Amino acid sequence: MISDQSLSETGLSASGAGRVLVIACGALAREILALKAANRWDHIDLTCLPAKLHLYPEKISDAVRDAVAEHRDAYAQILIAYADCGTGGGLEATCKELGVEMIAGPHCYAFFDGNEAFAARAETEITAFYLTDFLVRQFDAFVWRPMGFDRYPELIQTMFGNYDRLIYLAQTDDAALDAKAEDAARRLGLRYERRATGYGDLASALRDFATQTA
Amino acid sequence: MADEDDIILSELNDEELVQQMMDDLYDGLKEEIEEAVEILLERGWTPYDILTKALVAGMTIVGADFRDGILFVPEVLLAANAMKGGMAILKPLLVETGAPRMGKMVIGTVKGDIHDIGKNLVAMMMEGAGFEVVDLGINNAVEAYMEALETEQPDILGMSALLTTTMPYMKTVIDALIEQGKRDDYIVLVGGAPLNEEFGKAIGADAYCRDAAVAVETAKTMVARKHNQMG
Repeated sequence: MISDQSLSETGLSASGAGRVLVIACGALAREILALKAANRWDHIDLTCLPAKLHLYPEKISDAVRDAVAEHRDAYAQILIAYADCGTGGGLEATCKELGVEMIAGPHCYAFFDGNEAFAARAETEITAFYLTDFLVRQFDAFVWRPMGFDRYPELIQTMFGNYDRLIYLAQTDDAALDAKAEDAARRLGLRYERRATGYGDLASALRDFATQTA
Repeated sequence: MADEDDIILSELNDEELVQQMMDDLYDGLKEEIEEAVEILLERGWTPYDILTKALVAGMTIVGADFRDGILFVPEVLLAANAMKGGMAILKPLLVETGAPRMGKMVIGTVKGDIHDIGKNLVAMMMEGAGFEVVDLGINNAVEAYMEALETEQPDILGMSALLTTTMPYMKTVIDALIEQGKRDDYIVLVGGAPLNEEFGKAIGADAYCRDAAVAVETAKTMVARKHNQMG
């Protein structure tokens, strides 16, 4: 059983089964495994880097580079399941250099929403803070504690004063997650909105990779 | 009633008090900083000396420890908030007492971006270093920058972005400056988490500043160079 804590802290090891590999962020593990199972993409193996790398985006490119080096010989092809994720184009440059594909988009919440739709809404949702299923489950570990709100609640206004709403981009229908997301909005003093996205562009990117490597 | 270990700020001599202010700033104790600023003013310190020898010096230590990974964003914000408390007392007095002016900066977060924590820190540290700062706030379109540059005639334009999607807008602003033949009138400094030096160069900025302390040092050097060229 995979725990969110291990996906955050250590990631996920490759199973060794499958000819091609997806190297993903730990925050996408459940979603990729769900897509893999639903579509019977048995030739695809998955390994994940710790999701907590998102707290230090400057480390993502090097971590991906190391993972590609580690697995390259064992797999026919590799897909990087990351978006830009705050690397400022750094990850795209690394992937280009390594000759591997990555998923387009600025962040995972953008490709879940669909990159085009997300970009089209950029102006009207400039004051929105987004959570995905993973981020709802890991709200305390990825938002509340790293921002220091557990120790200094007065910082909520400093950091979220320019936001007015929290939009939960839901990959799955889960009433418990919905309630947790709403509670996160309340704690941050933001209006709550839920938008069902499913797996968005992650599904199409994986489908392309699966077809291409079948 | 005060604890036995409580420090009575007014009982400390100047040297001890300044040291205590640096500690209090580090710990983000706004009320203590405000009290200490008032004490030093009563003792006849100039606002400029209090600012530079206590507040800026203390905040420089905070900045260095942030860079070295000893302090994190929440602690830096608390320290900044404490410094802001002291600055609020000193700012009107600095104008009255004719503190030295290093130059003028117009600063703002670019269009599409509402993140202002780093930008606010830069603005505060620039003010602390003697720059006059005109803060345009968040979500600034090219027209807002142009209008402010025209009205304020600053030495420096500072732009900030936190998002990968909004950082290219800095180039839009710089290109507009080039188009209007005004690029060389200003020192353009850029900053924000996803940026790096390479990006700063690629968009035609004069420098990328990775944090507030670097922004201040870069601004000082470049303004001095600009004035020398003009002289």
